[in-house]
Order: sequence, then C-alpha cells, then structure tokens
Amino acid sequence: MRDFWKRYCRNRGALIGLLILTLVILIAILAPLLFPQSPWKMVQRPFLPPFSQGDLLLGTDAVGRDVMAGLAHGAYVSLLVGLVSTIVALAIGVPIGASAGYFAGRVDDALMRFTEFFQTIPSFALAIVLLATFQPSLTFVIIAIAIVSWPPVARLVRGEVLSLRTREFIEAATLSGLGNLQIITRHILPNALPPIIVLASLMVAQAILLESSLSFLGLGDPNIMSWGYMIGAARTVIREQWWLSFIPGMAILLTVLALNLIGEGLNDALNPRLTRKSK
Amino acid sequence: MTRFILGRLVKSVFILLAILILNFFLIHAAPGDPAAVMAGEAGAADEKFLADLRAQFGLDQPLYVQLWIYLKGAVQLDLGFSFRQQMPVADLIWNRLPATLLLTGAAFVLSLVLGVIAGVAASARQGTWGDTVISTLALLFYATPLFWVALMAVVVFSVWLGWLPGFGFETIGAGYTGFARALDIGRHLILPATTLGLFFMAIYTRMTRASMLEVSRLDFVKTARAKGLRHGVIQRRHVLRNALLPVITLAGLQAGQVFGGAVLTETVFAWPGIGRLMFEAINQRDYNVILGVFFVSAAMVLLFNLITDVIYVFVDPRIRLTE
Repeated sequence: MRDFWKRYCRNRGALIGLLILTLVILIAILAPLLFPQSPWKMVQRPFLPPFSQGDLLLGTDAVGRDVMAGLAHGAYVSLLVGLVSTIVALAIGVPIGASAGYFAGRVDDALMRFTEFFQTIPSFALAIVLLATFQPSLTFVIIAIAIVSWPPVARLVRGEVLSLRTREFIEAATLSGLGNLQIITRHILPNALPPIIVLASLMVAQAILLESSLSFLGLGDPNIMSWGYMIGAARTVIREQWWLSFIPGMAILLTVLALNLIGEGLNDALNPRLTRKSK
Repeated sequence: MTRFILGRLVKSVFILLAILILNFFLIHAAPGDPAAVMAGEAGAADEKFLADLRAQFGLDQPLYVQLWIYLKGAVQLDLGFSFRQQMPVADLIWNRLPATLLLTGAAFVLSLVLGVIAGVAASARQGTWGDTVISTLALLFYATPLFWVALMAVVVFSVWLGWLPGFGFETIGAGYTGFARALDIGRHLILPATTLGLFFMAIYTRMTRASMLEVSRLDFVKTARAKGLRHGVIQRRHVLRNALLPVITLAGLQAGQVFGGAVLTETVFAWPGIGRLMFEAINQRDYNVILGVFFVSAAMVLLFNLITDVIYVFVDPRIRLTE
C-alpha cells in the first residue's frame, strides 16, 4: 500500500487531480449545509454579475437564482451520476466479459457479437433515444449512461480473463475441484482488478461529460439542478451574460480533468512494470 | 479483399436490422399507446391521424405481425411520418443529411490531420517544453465538454472579435451563387468543424505520440539507424507509417462518437443537419424523427467503419496477405 502511494505521488498531475477532486467532493457533501435553500429559489434580481455582492459570490442567473448554490448542488449530482452509472456499467460489463473470456468458444462468440453491436451504434444517439422513450428522471439518466458505456469494460475483462485462464494457479484451482463461479470471482477477477480500476476512473469522467451533455440538451431530470442544465439554460443569453455558461463549464472541465489525471496516476501506481517500460 | 468487404457488408446489414428491432420494441416500451407515441406527445395529433397509424402499422394485430409490417416499411426507407413537421421522416432526414456529412467530414479530416501532426511533433521533442505544451493541451481538450467549447468559441470569435459567423449554414438573403456561396458556407463551417474536431484531435494527438514512441523503440528502427539513414527519413518512412495503424483503428471506432458530438455542435451553431433535427425533435417530442435520426446515424457510422476498413487494407498489407 505504501508502495502504491509512493508510485502514485511520483506523478505530479495525479496529485493535482486528487486535490481538485477532493475539493469538488467536499463542496458536493457540504452543499446542503452551505446552501440549505433550494438552488431553484429566486434570491435576488436576475443577471447579477459575479463578485458584485458579498453574499452572492458568483452572481445570479436569468431568473435570479444563486449561481454558486447551483454549482454546489450540481457538483453532488455530477459526482453521483458519474459514480453510480460507472458501478452499473461495471455490473453489466464485468460478468459479460468474464463469461466470454472464461468459457470461450460459442459463449464468447455470442457475447462478443452482443458487445460489438452496442459498441457500433452511436452511443450518444442511443442515450438520447432511451431518455426520449422513458421519462427523464435521475434513475433513467444513470441507466442510460450505463447502457451506453459498458462495452469497453466487457472487452477489457474478456482480454484479462483470457490471459489469466491458462495460468498454473487457475489450473490448480480447477484440479482442487472449485466451481467455475468460484474460480472466476475468487481467483481470476482479483488478478484482473488493476486495469479495471484504471478504466473505471476514466469512465466516471466520461459519464460526467455525458450527463452534462444530456442535461444541456434538456434530457436531464427536470427537478434536479445540474451543471449541464445551467449551461443549457444560459445559452439564450450567451452574448450578454457569457459567464453564466462559462462558470459551470469550468466546473465540468476541472472535475473531468481531475478524474483523467487520477486515472493516469492509478495506471502508473498499479502497473509499475508497464510504466517503466514506456519511459 | 472483396470477400473481406462483403463479410463486413453482411455484418452491417444485420446490425441495422437489430437496430430496427430495437426501435420497434422501444416504441412499445414507451409509456402510452404506440400510435400516440409515434405521432408525438402533447396532443399534437388528431384522432384521424392516430386511426390511420393504427391501421397502417396493424396495431390491433399480434406483435410479430406488427414487427413484420414495421421492418417491411423500414427496408423500403419508410421511416414514418412526422406529424409536427407534416413531412415523411425520411424526407426530413434526407434534406438535412448533406449538412451533417459536410460538418462531420470536415471535423474528422481536421482532427486526424492536426492530431497526427501534433502527436508527431510532441514525440519528436519528448520531454522538452514543446512536448509538455502539446500534451497538456491535449489533456485539457480531452476533458472539455464539447458543447461548452462551442459556446465559448461563439463568444470569443463571433461576439467579441467578430471574425467569423457563429450561427447558421450560410448568410441568409445574401443570394450568393457558385464560388461565393461555397466560400460563405466555408466561413460558417470553420467554428463548428473546429470545435467538433478539437475533442477528437486531443485523442489522436495522445494516441499518435504514444504510438510513435513505442514504434521508435522497435528493432527495425535500430536497423534503419544502423544503416545510416537520416533521422527524418526514419521518422517518416519507418516509424510514422507503422505508428499510424492503431490511430486509424481508433478513428474508425470513433465514428459513432463524432456523430454524437455533431448533435451538440449543430445545436449550438444552429447548423441545419440531422443532429439539430434530433434536438428539435427532442423538444417537440417528435418520436418518429428521433428514432429515424438514430437509425440513419447508425447507418452512417457503419458506412464510415466500412471506409476505414478499406483504408486499412491499403495501409496494412498484412491484412491482404492473410485473406
């Protein structure tokens, strides 16, 4: 563990990423305490520029809502959607990839055709279609994002399982009479974990981008304040009040950047041999 | 080679068929009467139109009969009727498709060319500040929401500087023809194509850089160096050619994503393509149009994949040999 931390710290970008993400998480957790009022509530006259009033640090939007409060509550939504949809995507992708790699043959063929189908169809368009079909609620946004983002997981897990399957310790486990399920969950998957963790951290970043794009188009949960919604709502006044779009966009950019940097740091820390080779 | 492409074609047809079946079940999974769903929500359709729809799609018949009717229509390129726009969906899409092809094509070429150049430049200066600048920029653009870059580009280059139009496909009412019109459209194309291309350019830059560094460590490059070839020749003829292969593969896989980005870019720039059409359909709950655009975009992606496959055959002779 200490080794892991030391290798992670060697990547300066990864440390900066961790710092930014910690800040975003803190803001998200403290949002209900710092801004107990609903972010939808009108607090002042509209279009108050940032830094013009002490208690409204980032000013107000087109209907007089506190931008800072929206930003804080939006942080919570972005992180929640990113995290939960990634977990759901892993729950779909890992079993599919593991079965394909472990059982090989026809099972592999069928499962990989299925995966390939989902990988070929334009994922953003599929997410739009899914959300247009069912009412856009937070749950459906998460499900739609998970449905379009699991294929890379399945492919990665399949590859890892394929290469681990023929190793001696797995043969030993088979000979000792363990069942397939136990071999996969206890012996193969733990060894395949490092690349899955790295991919998952990058998937959280992509899920946050996807969520913001969907809310920007008006396909988010209409009752939940999110960064994408804030930009979409400010789009009509972009010529005069450009900062109303600029501020939430910076929040998305920083959060996604932080997660990408963390992903690279994890990659360095978890695959030390790979890194040394490529340097 | 022909067998390879034929195989791909057959596969594409199956995928399109699967998408149609998916569409069909989505219409039925949506809450409410399928006829009302297809007509679009919010009471846009009158009773007579709903009755026509029910008769046309046999909505009183068993599900498999309905599926058959739906597929038969779709194969004949009948993607339903948009009650909102009073036009067949296929015609709507057909009118808008050229603008999208122009935008995505321009963005794709731009991102690939600039991405490869930036990646090669970064790898040649590995570890210097030039490399750091390029890599940092690529990292930034990779993390930036596409629609936000588009909005900010409008603010800076159109509103503040006034260099480029930030809206539309051409100057309305200017009455340009021939070359003047092409020039006008080109000016309108610059901002949307650049913002759409930036994200992908970031990906290709990172990929090219990593790939160049990896190939330049291989044995045949050492041989070339030992032969006394000049550095530039080695980089161009030996390293770059091999380093491009994974980039092309990735570019082919990315085709679907480029279309997703087109929905966002066209929405911001009011670009009259099928992405903008989809956005309008979302707001009007024009379900038939949403499904139609989804189907056509998938077909576009498959066609695009096919083209990259063909390019790949020409770039990598090993594929031809194994056939």
